[in-house]
Amino acid sequence: MGTSFGRGGATQSLQDMANADCIVIQGSNMAECHPVGFQWVTEAKARGAKIIHVDPRFTRTTAVSDKHLPIRVGSDIALLGGLINYVLTHDLWFHEYVLAYTNAATIINDDYRDPEDLEGLFSGYDPDSGTYEHTSWSYRTAPGYEDEGAQDSGEDEHGDQKSGRAGGDEHGSGGPPLNTNHPDRDESLQDPNTVLQILKRHYARYTPEMVRDTCGISLEDFDYLARAVTENSGRERTTCFAYAVGWTHHTLGAQFIRTAAVLQLLLGNVGRPGGGIMALRGHASIQGSTDIPTLFNLLPGYLPMPSVDKESFDEYVDAIAVKKQKGFWAEAEAYTVSLLKAWWGDAAQEDNGWAYDYMPRLNGPHGTYQTVMAMLKDEVEGYFVLGQNPAIGSANGRLQRLGMSHLKWLVVRDFNLIESATWWKDGPEIATGELRTEDIDTEVFFFPAANHVEKAGTFTQTQRLLQWRHQAVNPPGDCQSELQFFFELGKRLRAKLADSRDERDRPLQELTWDYPLLPEGEPDPRAVLAEINGRHLTGPDKGKPLSSYTQMKADGSTDGGCWIYTGVYADGQNHAADRKPGREQDEIASEWGWAWPANRRILYNRASADPEGKPWSERKKLIWWDAQHKRWTGPDVPDFPVDKDPAARPDPDLGGAAALSGDDPFIMQADGKGWLFAPRGMVDGPLPTHYEPQESPVVNPLYAQQQNPARELFPHPGNLSAPEPGTPQAEVYPYMFTTYRLTEQHTAGGMSRWLPYLSELQPEMFCEVSPELAAECGLEPYGWATIVSPRSAIEAKVLVTDRMTPLDIGGRTVHQIGLPYHWGQGGDAVVTGDAANDLLGITLDPNVHIQESKVGTCDIRPGRRPRGPEVLELVSEYQERAGLTPSTSNTKVTDPQRELTAEQTEDGSQ
Amino acid sequence: MSRFSPLEWPVFRQFRTADSTGRSSAAVSQHTRDITSRTETADRVVQSVCPYCAVGCGQKVYVKDEKVIQIEGDPDSPISRGRLCPKGSASEQLVNSPGRQTRVLYRAPRATEWQQLDLNTAVDMVVDRFLESRRRTWQDTDEQGRLLRRTMGIAALGGATLDNEENYLIKKLFTAAGAVQIENQARI
Repeated sequence: MGTSFGRGGATQSLQDMANADCIVIQGSNMAECHPVGFQWVTEAKARGAKIIHVDPRFTRTTAVSDKHLPIRVGSDIALLGGLINYVLTHDLWFHEYVLAYTNAATIINDDYRDPEDLEGLFSGYDPDSGTYEHTSWSYRTAPGYEDEGAQDSGEDEHGDQKSGRAGGDEHGSGGPPLNTNHPDRDESLQDPNTVLQILKRHYARYTPEMVRDTCGISLEDFDYLARAVTENSGRERTTCFAYAVGWTHHTLGAQFIRTAAVLQLLLGNVGRPGGGIMALRGHASIQGSTDIPTLFNLLPGYLPMPSVDKESFDEYVDAIAVKKQKGFWAEAEAYTVSLLKAWWGDAAQEDNGWAYDYMPRLNGPHGTYQTVMAMLKDEVEGYFVLGQNPAIGSANGRLQRLGMSHLKWLVVRDFNLIESATWWKDGPEIATGELRTEDIDTEVFFFPAANHVEKAGTFTQTQRLLQWRHQAVNPPGDCQSELQFFFELGKRLRAKLADSRDERDRPLQELTWDYPLLPEGEPDPRAVLAEINGRHLTGPDKGKPLSSYTQMKADGSTDGGCWIYTGVYADGQNHAADRKPGREQDEIASEWGWAWPANRRILYNRASADPEGKPWSERKKLIWWDAQHKRWTGPDVPDFPVDKDPAARPDPDLGGAAALSGDDPFIMQADGKGWLFAPRGMVDGPLPTHYEPQESPVVNPLYAQQQNPARELFPHPGNLSAPEPGTPQAEVYPYMFTTYRLTEQHTAGGMSRWLPYLSELQPEMFCEVSPELAAECGLEPYGWATIVSPRSAIEAKVLVTDRMTPLDIGGRTVHQIGLPYHWGQGGDAVVTGDAANDLLGITLDPNVHIQESKVGTCDIRPGRRPRGPEVLELVSEYQERAGLTPSTSNTKVTDPQRELTAEQTEDGSQ
Repeated sequence: MSRFSPLEWPVFRQFRTADSTGRSSAAVSQHTRDITSRTETADRVVQSVCPYCAVGCGQKVYVKDEKVIQIEGDPDSPISRGRLCPKGSASEQLVNSPGRQTRVLYRAPRATEWQQLDLNTAVDMVVDRFLESRRRTWQDTDEQGRLLRRTMGIAALGGATLDNEENYLIKKLFTAAGAVQIENQARI
């Protein structure tokens, strides 16, 4: 979403879903995974909205929907691309909205070649590195501005560099910079290189028949969906999409979401009540943990971590955003300087580049899966596991556990003795004999953690809303908050290094680390939040909190640890703790908690009004231009310069917010527009394109290229992949499986399998199979089944149910198996069982380095899995039969003959 | 009133009171009338937020004698309007479940069992190991002489159920120490 709209967060509040006329839930089982949020879908339904659930399984979400479309896992782009094609061919796109607010009329470089021309590759593919170079996807510069020159500094980089930094994440609150401030446009949309014309050609083959043969969705069902979505979009009506990890957990995850973004832009459903894309996050503060990231590639506020090639502060800042570009991301320098002032105080001065050199540098992807691979090579000595259970919750559990056995020391902080703390004594590898407790050298420290009522602080929930939790009681025994633990760790590290003269220790020595203490000795979380918010450092307001990120300066006169959170502590008030009851407010409820940015609840809400600033309709009005007072007004905080006239057409070269036109609703984008076509920002293509998952029994019906050619691979004997479909060996793993959550359990179980109530409600691991598959494989209801993937074998109780639908995919019946992933093998939990994630391989989306955990292939057979070393024998017997090697399915280009030759022919013909 | 008064028979209560269909106050026994919910007698109620999924349901935490005795949905929340799902409703057990660990544990190399360790000692041991690993795996520059200023020997995973303030200190401290492999559930 960041690349499409300029920010990565959910576009609206959960409550706003009640305003939708149609809700498409796809890649999410919202009723079971976000049950209380689902009340707003129910509310919408009560108001007459149509609810459609697209999912491989019939779930409790489906049960209350108007329509279920069972889909083959991993084929979502084919379906959404089919909808885009439907909208374009039936001329159902929202013309005024699309022309004014998106880049539909922008003209793309003549060098651009589409997967239609290149058998599935975009132009710019480098087969040696397996990455894209983006220049050919650029906007064409308008006549007369060709000489504007090299403003394209940072983003004009090779895909491998950007992918190496998980560059796709960097657009969480600011779109990528452009090559030109003056893109060429053709408002008549006739130029064949306008975005709209390219879009038409790109999706022309995504017909209802293609959808049927790719997704297993009938022509009638597709027609129902297409009609529902288009009939409920336009001036008077809006459609909302909701997704969860059913979209993100794929080698094309970021592109799944992009497809929905393109569709919603075409239908005019962004920035308007009841529209948008609801990103349903699965952890209390998962939005917060990317905003203030514990992620290798980001600094707070989606500023990138410095990479080795950005050798000075200026090089670093120039690469984030071009100062002359439109919108608020042009001020990235002020946000960066304020962050560095917050961290290093007086040690951060202009003449030392604001202490830029105090930060470590990246020179490749250093994500959690790369780290596991490095552990296996003995490159990592120490590992902190903080409220996380990778032994069960991460893909390829066996490699996670084996990786940990290579550590010198491991720190686990949790409530209970989770499997990530006890694998050395009771993990599956002890049972198979692969590891022997007495041989494992790893030191393990277990620190008990304080829970959510034993400390105060903020969570940022799914709609970007910060909510403060007050502390109810003190933690028992040795239990501590992370705040206290890390504050203490920092204090002691600094004390040990106080006398060091080593240059490497200066960043720690000069770090600002002097938070006021509460009576119990903990650092005051309010003081930390105030630092995150930022302060004036000079002038009459010295020491006072900033009220908006627009006050941040690049001259060192302000600080602030996360610019997008500036305002949460405006006027010295903790607005995350605002608690005016909902019933005493309008439905925007702006006095409950605080949402970034600037307490806006519906993002891009400038687009809720037409180009002249009038609401598109009375029914869908939200923000409008008050011509008399010359202000944008309405119940939400305008996501736009509040006094900018809709007719304003300033010189784009002014840069920053001043350069925004009155009809540029996407204020974090370098051209102020929603991006149907992403000239920058996506490492695997400017338009979403259907590729098959890493493992699939189906040959890509659309292109010679089978999988995402830019996906990130980890060839390793412990991470084998199934053979390409269409070969006899592929039939060793003939079925697809997908993983999911249950209402009564939580992810890897650390917060649920130790609770007696929840353990009683969902006590054991099971698999969902259709009656047809049960008959085919001889599976007995409530008996046992063993599921074998190219990585592992697990056992599960059998639930035979017609909630699973066998799908007809181009004449082949595709069976899908559903696997909840909450259980794990260990000795301490109330309930244990085999871990579904042990079946998964590690192959990643190149934009965000998220693993493909929603789909894999397997075999299923009746009976329990063997015990001890025999389970390894079973797995290798399958591997041998399938002829697996680490290179199986791990070549990026499927058919170089067709694909790469196509590019040469294209080039030759120019 | 006598415990066995005939007037207290539900059927009489039904006619004696306005509840003629017997589906309201007439069906309430003396026993029920005599008890009060534990939320009524709490010393204080604290507003909190559910720690499971990201809907962010409001919670009311009831405390008596410095113990959490009940957690319920907060009707003030415009997002959740007082509701909690099974996990949120069970969150009192996150505080009071019998299996919860409250002491530091340590497993020495090649040991087959945990041993208890003093918190202060354990933190000092982690500090020593942190500095030692950092020293051993430090990288000043890459092969082209460009600044790296980092350690690839120390990694972390976690954060999506932690507070923003906690993640902020973790990122700040690790960055200053030169550790870059800091990740959380958002990547997973």
